[in-house]
Amino acid sequence: MTYWIGAGLLFLAALGLALSGMNEYFFYAGYVVLTFVVLATAWNILGGYAGYVNFGTGAFFGLGSYSAVVLFKALGAPLAVQIVAAAAVGAALGFGVGMLTLRLRGIFFAIATVAILFITETLMVNWRYVGGATGLQLLRPEVMAPFASYTRMLFVVMALLAVLAVSVARYVQVSWIGRGLRAIRDSEEAAECSGVPTLKLKLFACAVSGALMGAAGAPMPMYLSFIEPASSFSLNWGVSALAMPMIGGTAHWIGPVVGALLLGSIQQIVTVTISNEINVLVVGVLLVLFVVLAPDGVVGLFRKWIRSSR
Amino acid sequence: MILSMDLLFEAILFGILLGCFYAAVSIGLSVSFGLLDVPHVAHPALMVAGSYCTYIVAGWGLDPILAGVILMPAFFVLGILIYRFYYETFERRGSEAGVRGLAFFFGLAFIIEVGLILLFGVDQRTVHAPYIGSSLALGEYRIPYRMLVAFGVALVLTAALTLYLSKTFTGRAIKAVAQDEPALRLMGANPVRIKQWAFGIATGASALAGAMLIIVGPVEPALDRLYIGRTFCVVVLAGLGSMTGTLAAGLILGIAESIVLMLFGASWAPAVAFGLLLVVLGVRPQGLFGR
Amino acid sequence: MDPLLKVESLSKHFGGFTALNGVSLEIVQGERFGLIGPNGSGKTTLINCISGALWNDSGSIRFQGSEISKLPAYQRTRLGIARSFQIPRPFHSMSLLENLLVPSAYVVHLRESEGEAEAMKILAMMGLADKARGLASQLSQVELRKLELARAMAARPRLLISDEAMAGLAGAEVDEVLKILFELNAQGITIIMIEHIMQAVMRFSQRVVCLDAGAIICEGTPAAIVQNPDVQRAYLGA
Repeated sequence: MTYWIGAGLLFLAALGLALSGMNEYFFYAGYVVLTFVVLATAWNILGGYAGYVNFGTGAFFGLGSYSAVVLFKALGAPLAVQIVAAAAVGAALGFGVGMLTLRLRGIFFAIATVAILFITETLMVNWRYVGGATGLQLLRPEVMAPFASYTRMLFVVMALLAVLAVSVARYVQVSWIGRGLRAIRDSEEAAECSGVPTLKLKLFACAVSGALMGAAGAPMPMYLSFIEPASSFSLNWGVSALAMPMIGGTAHWIGPVVGALLLGSIQQIVTVTISNEINVLVVGVLLVLFVVLAPDGVVGLFRKWIRSSR
Repeated sequence: MILSMDLLFEAILFGILLGCFYAAVSIGLSVSFGLLDVPHVAHPALMVAGSYCTYIVAGWGLDPILAGVILMPAFFVLGILIYRFYYETFERRGSEAGVRGLAFFFGLAFIIEVGLILLFGVDQRTVHAPYIGSSLALGEYRIPYRMLVAFGVALVLTAALTLYLSKTFTGRAIKAVAQDEPALRLMGANPVRIKQWAFGIATGASALAGAMLIIVGPVEPALDRLYIGRTFCVVVLAGLGSMTGTLAAGLILGIAESIVLMLFGASWAPAVAFGLLLVVLGVRPQGLFGR
Repeated sequence: MDPLLKVESLSKHFGGFTALNGVSLEIVQGERFGLIGPNGSGKTTLINCISGALWNDSGSIRFQGSEISKLPAYQRTRLGIARSFQIPRPFHSMSLLENLLVPSAYVVHLRESEGEAEAMKILAMMGLADKARGLASQLSQVELRKLELARAMAARPRLLISDEAMAGLAGAEVDEVLKILFELNAQGITIIMIEHIMQAVMRFSQRVVCLDAGAIICEGTPAAIVQNPDVQRAYLGA
């Protein structure tokens, strides 16, 4: 119950900010940070809970963006429809990736997700309708009533998606599904022999994770007023979506949120003040540091600190 | 589109040269991942780093291949350090090393890539040598000398590693460590030291591979991403750790890529390695020549 | 009376290698059944086929009268076949208690509180009660073997397959595990014991089957098995 009140208040705060006179840049940067909250949370459902490392977040995210653009260009579909469709496409791709877990684990699975990333990118590069390698300029529709700008509206939409993603991850973690996924991560054979329907649970985790990643990609073309394959399907989405939960802590739903807020904010500051390259370097260095020195992430460090100060 | 025999022949010829090159850039990974089971996704990034080091050393007026050879000992030591670190931090602690080890090498790849961008910028770099830029005319076919040089070096590197692994004591110990660690302990050999040595050799080989990479074409920091697909495709297709399999798998990939390039154009080429990789993983993860 | 488990002409190949070649056996309710055989004789393949970790190529496996050879492993566990692993596979990131809560949630469908009560009872019987809240990754070898059995028991099985639960244990520890298995059998659980330690399997079993090269070479009481020349040949290579 406390969770729902907290989540509701946070969302209302986001809405309130968007309607206030706050500087436009805050929403421009905040949107990206919230996108990372969704991606990191989605990644953690499969990677953190079930132990299947997905390097191909960009494939889900990019296909989500492209689904939205296709619907927008062909039918002029509204944003809500675009997001739902992107989630469906993400879930379908997730289901396909889930079938791979029948045969592949560990690095084999991870490398297969990189392959899927590059294959989906190549498909989009060669699809004229969506602009091929050069991409498409997009004209934003008129912004809806209470919002002063389109970016503010997208900020609120992404805040809603973030609350949704975190709620789903939290439900998965605390329910019987979470215990099954943890069992799969520790030993798949033993899980199966303990009555856990491992394939079903893995397909579920892949599809949910994929749907959330796809949904997170849907508003991106409108945010940029532009779409092109190289940045939509970048491997950088994958490293961020992996690094944020690893840095925040993978065992608890709050971990990816902490990691995404922390790393996402640092990235936004670094991008503005220094350079775009440094921000990828920050992700890489922090990822390696945490994986080596604090395997349980910020959440783990915090727990240790609480225990020792008692 | 009708495929003339001439064009097909040319594509296959080019594919064979390209294939040997792919085998050579993958052979380090064939040892580190194929034999040692290290989830070394940073292999292509190290190789591209090798290309940039070659670029620097060649800038002093040395032949790029010679530069690559000179760099091998330094990369050998680097490899030993990386493995030592990986072993102490992940492998020895056992549990959950899987996810964290993967994340470690993935992060390492990004650090190398961005480090190269910061040092050299995102522009493409090339090296100069007498054999770069000119071609050998064989009747109506023209074969670039740089491809022939890479082909030759690739064959030598592959043959040398194959011989080393099958004929020398350490080489056989490396193969043994891949199959049966306890047996090796009984022989009185320390598996960690052998793995460390093997990883050093694999990394040393990637310095030479990097030199070939920059001989074959211009290099940019993000090139490693494409080579994740190519190198892992070759190693998995070969069947983990099989050296002759690596050569055969490289040829399959080279010819496939060359034919796709000719039929559908350059925009489809990156998908060939990844597509082949995905098919192999999905259908026959133990590879064509698997243990 | 129908047998609890009926295996008929079961075969399994790995590439060109025949791991099981037409194995048939019947196990009745409440039996203590021993499965022996030299290394590579197909013991583990046989129980992997029964528990569902491997698919058999041909033949049938009937449990309580119904065919199970096409069912995935988790459904066989739900029907009442539980197993321990030769090399312990604990859920190492969980406490012992949580290890047992996995089958109690997925097989018996107990609520958390009921599951915990039952899990504590099982852990107490295994002598692991004081470690219930500790992590599984911090157990000793013998404790890991007991955890394997405890987790199998949390699925409330009718048939328990114990795969070399005593391998590598010292004499007193073997007796401890053996005592636990006798107690479980006394509660009415049918037990298949795969074991290399002859003395343990002979003491425990009412009936023993010896596998060699994927086929049953003899079957009988422990006393008869020890005397059997085929068994002696398979083991001693004479």
